[in-house]
Amino acid sequence: MSTTLKEPQNTPALPREIIRGSMSARKKARGNRGGRSLLAKGEPMLWLTGGGLVVAVVMIIALLTLVIIQGAVTFWPKPVVQFTLKDNTIYMGEVTRDDTYKPEPGVLNSLPADVQADIAANEGWAHRELVRTGNFDLTNTHFHWVEDFNSQGQTLPKWATVIERNSWGRFYGMPKSFLIDGKVVADTPQAAWAEYIKYHDEVRERWHERRGLEKHDIGRESRKVDHARLEMKSALLEHGKDSAEYREAQANYDAIEAQVNVAYARIREEINALNAENDRYQLVMETAQGQEKQLGLAEIVRAYPANQLGLGGKISLYLSRWWEFLSDEPREANSEGGVFPAIFGTVAMTLIMSVLVVPFGVLASLYLREYAKAGPMISAVRIAINNLAGVPSIVFGVFGLGFFCYVVGGTIDEVFFKASLPNPTFGTGGLLWAALTLALLTLPVVIVSTEEALAAVPGSMREGSYGCGASKWQTIRRIVLPRAMPGVMTGAILAMARGAGEVAPLMLVGAVKLAPELPIDGVYPFLHAQRSFMHLGFHVYDLGFQSQNAEAAKPMVFTTTLLLICIVAFLNLFAIWLRARLRRKFVSSQF
Amino acid sequence: MGTNPVMDKSMTTTESDLNTAATTSVTQPDDRDQLTLEQIAACDNFKSEIHDSLYQETSIINVKDFNLWYGTKQALFNINMPIAEGQVTALVGPSGCGKSTLLRSVNRINDLIDGLHIGGDMLLNGTSIYDKSVDVIELRKRMGMVFQKPNPFPMSIFENVVYSLRIDGERNKGVLEEVCERSLRGAALWDEVKDRIHESALGLSGGQQQRLCIARAIAAEPEVLLMDEPCSALDPIATGKIEDLVEELRGEYTILMVTHNMQQASRASNYTAFMYLGRLVEYGPTRDIFTNPHLRPTEDYISGRFG
Repeated sequence: MSTTLKEPQNTPALPREIIRGSMSARKKARGNRGGRSLLAKGEPMLWLTGGGLVVAVVMIIALLTLVIIQGAVTFWPKPVVQFTLKDNTIYMGEVTRDDTYKPEPGVLNSLPADVQADIAANEGWAHRELVRTGNFDLTNTHFHWVEDFNSQGQTLPKWATVIERNSWGRFYGMPKSFLIDGKVVADTPQAAWAEYIKYHDEVRERWHERRGLEKHDIGRESRKVDHARLEMKSALLEHGKDSAEYREAQANYDAIEAQVNVAYARIREEINALNAENDRYQLVMETAQGQEKQLGLAEIVRAYPANQLGLGGKISLYLSRWWEFLSDEPREANSEGGVFPAIFGTVAMTLIMSVLVVPFGVLASLYLREYAKAGPMISAVRIAINNLAGVPSIVFGVFGLGFFCYVVGGTIDEVFFKASLPNPTFGTGGLLWAALTLALLTLPVVIVSTEEALAAVPGSMREGSYGCGASKWQTIRRIVLPRAMPGVMTGAILAMARGAGEVAPLMLVGAVKLAPELPIDGVYPFLHAQRSFMHLGFHVYDLGFQSQNAEAAKPMVFTTTLLLICIVAFLNLFAIWLRARLRRKFVSSQF
Repeated sequence: MGTNPVMDKSMTTTESDLNTAATTSVTQPDDRDQLTLEQIAACDNFKSEIHDSLYQETSIINVKDFNLWYGTKQALFNINMPIAEGQVTALVGPSGCGKSTLLRSVNRINDLIDGLHIGGDMLLNGTSIYDKSVDVIELRKRMGMVFQKPNPFPMSIFENVVYSLRIDGERNKGVLEEVCERSLRGAALWDEVKDRIHESALGLSGGQQQRLCIARAIAAEPEVLLMDEPCSALDPIATGKIEDLVEELRGEYTILMVTHNMQQASRASNYTAFMYLGRLVEYGPTRDIFTNPHLRPTEDYISGRFG
């Protein structure tokens, strides 16, 4: 105290300059110190963190762009090009892609000298195009490579027509004539095309009608027989072979079978009538190579003269293909047609999974966070749950198959569906088991985010509630859970995104290449949780790696991926909207 | 500089007395006039200075030999304290002296803390609060509590006020509306919020939120109102309103209030208890505590010489 008081008296003795000099020196030293350390300014960390974000964003954008561009152009109609090769072979079709490659020495040596020189000038690289020539039933191949050096030239024939068929893939050719009842009614491309336009819609309508008869009416009749047979078998199992019940069931079965056979005959008659009417109309096509092919109009899904389409025609064709893709069933081993059953299966499975996993996860985390006393046991449980998220998903698939399908499902079959054994009802992969398996898989996500949300509820809220005389459960239900709801929704969003994109476990527990029936339909009991189903993720895998016509299926892989991403994004947006609505209720004011 | 001689004197006393305290830590210093904070801190069994006038009041709560430990750390030492019915009692003392702990022990909201255990007892109208047969939830319903920070629930103003009735399963709309209006009027908030009673309580200002919490606390018509620094998060105007409210509620409710604000204690309370390091040092009518305290540490604290 005394020294500080004395100091001011001493200062006048010191020359001003000395003080000022020492001050500025100190200032300089301080300034230099700051400038010497780059880290002190924080600049490198800014660049490092920002760079990390940029790398992540670029990768995501690149992937999305690839999927969106490749997926979106799939259905855009391309012109049909006719190539004439140097050996006068003619290929006609759509150019699907091109690349540059190095021809093998053997091929190279057989070429004329000037071509060899050209290729050599290009450092051995040559250019080629992949042409989708279709007509698999005539040529046994869908694609041809056309090398530039091998091609005389290309034209766009006016009447080159693309025909999408129910089977055998696409057909490329020129309309030649149109037959009704075997008689030629038109013999120029133009006239034949006009006839096609005139009759195609009604023929397709009859074709749909026929398919409806096959699917619904015959299905209904066969269900009647199946039901009666099962009843008969149940009676046999329950009452024995000589019982009155069994005999009665047997008589009932015979009666129903007789009825159904009559119905079958009637339906078959109707179908035959429709088929006969459709078979009257035939379109005769001529391929670029001059082969003729007669096509029944019922077989033609869609046909268009590709080189005559204007922009409007292309757009309407594009939209019509998208509509078919979204609303129809697949054909051609899934590489053509729609994916509606897969969309349906994916959404149904994801929603059932969410309905299963969210309550379970919330209950589990409520116990962990609100009721359990913190200790080594709870820590161990928490670590186990977190590690569950790291288990490979195929392991969950194996568990689901072994436990849900075989143990639980097998037991259900033993108890409730004894009559239909040895055919499994629940004892095999199905929608319910897939949803349960994925619920197990996504449980850690829900538990972790719910626990965090519960922990974030301020203690003052809980105390306020207890102070009002609320019990623990009342506090949780009225104060804690509503406050934690947005966090729970976040967990549900993450779980849905993870579940909808999962494929590996589904292959084991119920996703199939082609499901004959949807898991939810108009037949009692409406939700058939035991049925196997189609899934977009599995569909992508199937198209990309299991398809016989891989080259034709490739664009569909991208389109299906695009669709899956859109569906996941849509489900997420819905959940985010729900969360925002919940959150708005709890905006806290600052004071 | 005028305090220096006193400080010096007390310093010297400490030196010598600490030695005796160290050897016999539980003995009571005989010379009450010369008592120091260090002596109080060293004494596990400190006998509080309780003014005689308190014994003439009817007590609604009676704290008897109350001890409390957080794990192994003792937070309250042998508190004996009658709380007068229908009066406002203020608990004052430096931070960490156990005021809030004592207050929160009255409605057993401290039970939620792991590792907490107690000794002694508290009586509410002659019956034990800490008896095994006591239903804690019923007990808490008899005591309203207001916290340091306003903590309205994320619901409408109406739902906030009738919360304690809702959890009892009251569904009669007429009853709920009547209770809501009465409580809001009681908390002097009715005129400000009567037009937006079904809007979110989180849209109110801090002072309004605190009065809403008081309305919520008195909705169940408790016998005792516990207030844990109800004004510490509020500005002076809001604080004034809360103090006026306390003044109005006096008589109807027994109010036990923790405060850091000496002026507030002197303005709003009838009785004041001074606590230090888990001990109740002096307890008496507010006027006596502020003008004529029996113990020197109380005087030092009240006049702002420490703490």
